[in-house]
Amino acid sequence: MAAAVSAKKQGAKQVLVIERDSSLGGILQQCIHPGFGLSYYDEELTGPEYAGRFIRQAQELGVKTLLNSMVLEVLPDGTVICTNAEYGITTVRAKSVVLAMGCRERTRGNIQIPGTRPAGIYTAGAAQRLINRQNEMVGRRVVILGSGDIGMIMARRMTLEGAQVVAVVEIMDFLAGLTRNRVQCLDDFGIPLLLSHTVTRVMGNRRVEGVCVARVDENKKPILETEEFYPCDTLLLSVGLIPENELSRTAHVEMSAITGGPVVNQCMQTSVPCLFACGNVVHVNDLVDNVSWESEVAGREAARYAMGQLPQSAGTVTCEPGNNVRYICPQHIALTEEKAEVDLYFRVKLPEEKVRIRLLCNGKELGKKSAIKVNPGEMEHIKVSMSDLTAGKLEVHVAKGV
Amino acid sequence: MLQTDVLVIGAGAVGCAIARELTKYQLKVLVVDKNEDVGGEASKSNSAIIHTGYDAPPGTLESQLVVAANPMYELLTRQLDVPYQKVGAILPAFTDEQFDKLPALKAKAFQNRVYDVEYLTGEQLLAMEPNLNPEVKAGLYIPRENIIDPFLLVVAYAENAQQNGAHFLLNTKVTGIRVENGRVVGAQTTAGEIQATYIVNAAGLYCDDVAAMVGKNDYTVNPRKGQFYILDKNTTCKVNHIVLPIPTKVTKGKLMCPTIHGNMLVGPTAEELEDKQDYSTTAEGLASIETDVRRLIPGVNLRDSITQYCGLRPNRNPEGLHVDTYDDVKNYVNLSGVRSTGLTASVSLGKYVAQRLIEIGMPVNFNSTFNPIRKGIPRFHEMTYEEQDALIRENPLYGKVICRCETITEGEIVEAIHRPIPARSVDAIKRRLRAGMGRCQGGFCGPRVLEILGREPGVPTEEIRKNQIGSHMITGKVRGERVIANV
Repeated sequence: MAAAVSAKKQGAKQVLVIERDSSLGGILQQCIHPGFGLSYYDEELTGPEYAGRFIRQAQELGVKTLLNSMVLEVLPDGTVICTNAEYGITTVRAKSVVLAMGCRERTRGNIQIPGTRPAGIYTAGAAQRLINRQNEMVGRRVVILGSGDIGMIMARRMTLEGAQVVAVVEIMDFLAGLTRNRVQCLDDFGIPLLLSHTVTRVMGNRRVEGVCVARVDENKKPILETEEFYPCDTLLLSVGLIPENELSRTAHVEMSAITGGPVVNQCMQTSVPCLFACGNVVHVNDLVDNVSWESEVAGREAARYAMGQLPQSAGTVTCEPGNNVRYICPQHIALTEEKAEVDLYFRVKLPEEKVRIRLLCNGKELGKKSAIKVNPGEMEHIKVSMSDLTAGKLEVHVAKGV
Repeated sequence: MLQTDVLVIGAGAVGCAIARELTKYQLKVLVVDKNEDVGGEASKSNSAIIHTGYDAPPGTLESQLVVAANPMYELLTRQLDVPYQKVGAILPAFTDEQFDKLPALKAKAFQNRVYDVEYLTGEQLLAMEPNLNPEVKAGLYIPRENIIDPFLLVVAYAENAQQNGAHFLLNTKVTGIRVENGRVVGAQTTAGEIQATYIVNAAGLYCDDVAAMVGKNDYTVNPRKGQFYILDKNTTCKVNHIVLPIPTKVTKGKLMCPTIHGNMLVGPTAEELEDKQDYSTTAEGLASIETDVRRLIPGVNLRDSITQYCGLRPNRNPEGLHVDTYDDVKNYVNLSGVRSTGLTASVSLGKYVAQRLIEIGMPVNFNSTFNPIRKGIPRFHEMTYEEQDALIRENPLYGKVICRCETITEGEIVEAIHRPIPARSVDAIKRRLRAGMGRCQGGFCGPRVLEILGREPGVPTEEIRKNQIGSHMITGKVRGERVIANV
């Protein structure tokens, strides 16, 4: 929605949003908790409120929508084929397309938890949909595996609805999600967080009867002597998100093995020139505010591309993750004459305190800043001026020191 | 009281195939099963291969039935609208010891009348299967080892049987068999008494328990667990054939093969158990699959697994596939030792059991109205855009995709719920349509499927189960429904 609004503001004549759900807003519709918009709007909103602002803006600007429509294929020339109950198989020809399909949750099968396969094992997001949108209670006594944000938010949600959350179990020795969620969702409700632990086995043939939880060693292997049985009827999984790029792949968009999303430049343009991408389909974000900013860029630039206004590139800067940096988005910058600021978003590999973040272009320091604390669960951000850049490589380093 | 000519106990692949075969005669046929759906046990967790019988013990009934069954699948799957694909199997030898075993394996195939097994060189095998361990010396090619949709095969047998007059009673467990004057006359079940002239025991893992009900305790069945991995369709290291290891004295070993839907299947283990309810995968079992299959396909990437499961093979002690009739318990046919080749043998077992029933006196009056054709639910994802468009115009529900990983539409789900053998559980939907069987494993479509499963037959969602009784999906409403009084 942010991309659509921004494209329209940029002057695109016709902007269409294709959505498979029966209403707009995506996953925000089921995120009824507050915490959205703190940076973007300087206000604390719930998910539906946050989405609602964009929906209203889109409507006011005349963005068209095609709901209940699942895109089956995106072609590299900007043709989009979708299915719709009313119109049948529908082909849309666009001058540019923004991919904003979001992400999906990792499953029990991905992380290969041994044991039986009873009812009562849900990803946190599926449970959130059932509880918040379908009025269906998924369980009464719950173990949550993974300290991702949705997992912690569901720990609080289940507690508020009368369920007992026995523990949140995290295999790493640090939290996967935001610190504020640990404080507001676990600590405030007295829900134990077990770091360096994992679920080793699921028990129960029909409904979950319990899970075994064990401490893990430094190689993340469970220490069997520490295995303990936790009776429960539900196991919720918050074990990571994967950008959902089936459509990008069939459109032959170049993908990043690290983010699982398309490789993009600072315009959020993929390797297929008329295809742009933004949000969790590019890299998994922790805050919707960042997604909105990034999507504004994608929408604006996609509109400029459609109107033939994107300037030619005069060279490329490759963004290379340096010390303790897992990835940088965008992966490269197309150099142009325009005086613009480029936002670099990146994640660290390991938590660290009192660090210095340095930005080097072909060995020359372009900027630096200090941070009290960095954490893989919280995305970092640094700006760079296009005019300072020269073709070659741009590195971001994070190291201890002030 | 229910009355039938033939009562078949067990609605797995074999029980349903028998029922279908018997509807070719003017008979009342009733199938009972303790599970909520047909194919709810061993038929749902196997390697989904239609075997040739090349490695069966020569001269046995199992060899005879599997060898006879293989050529029947081409016509059968067309009649029943079941996905079936000819892929062929290879049996590569990597060590001298394995290489030396090839002539004996080929000779055994010959004894089983499987004459089309061929020797291939290492180069030929690598050309067929580029991801094969390059140390391959030579091997065998078994061209008619093929793959099938095992879930739909069972459903299709059952639906076609039903369409031709058979009845199915699910969620019904047989608790006793009534024998009078040396012949069976009926069964006691959790759904009441059933009067039957003939009874067929096709209870698979539990066939020893049923046999004991007529006093036949000459064998036992223990489960032999087989754990499997299913890999994402997008995994990069794939195979085109069924890649089999050279068997050892102890085990047939672990294989890798494509599934009919383009996933990769890797496994199984073979673990002797006592507990017939132990459906758990284990860290050790899964690790052993990785070790063993790497010898065949070194690049296999089990991190691309979307799920792991296990099946329990009914292992007969003493071994061997048996179809028995008894002089002291007349009108009763007992099947036992139907193991991993049972899916393949189901079609020939149907015919074999019908023949045995005729031999013991079942009247032969052909059913002239028998229709061998069963039309399946339209498979939206397999269609061209033109076909999809036509289908949506006929029924708009086909325009709404519910399972996004496998592109399964609401139209398909609604139809499955209202079929002659209705799908009423989450797993029954999954087995027929693959909704929830893709890479997100129901994370996206699960809540939507639940909603449709409640809405269509008009049952409260609290009553919807994953599979058997007790496997309820949700524990109640979050908030009470507000009742607005009429004023």
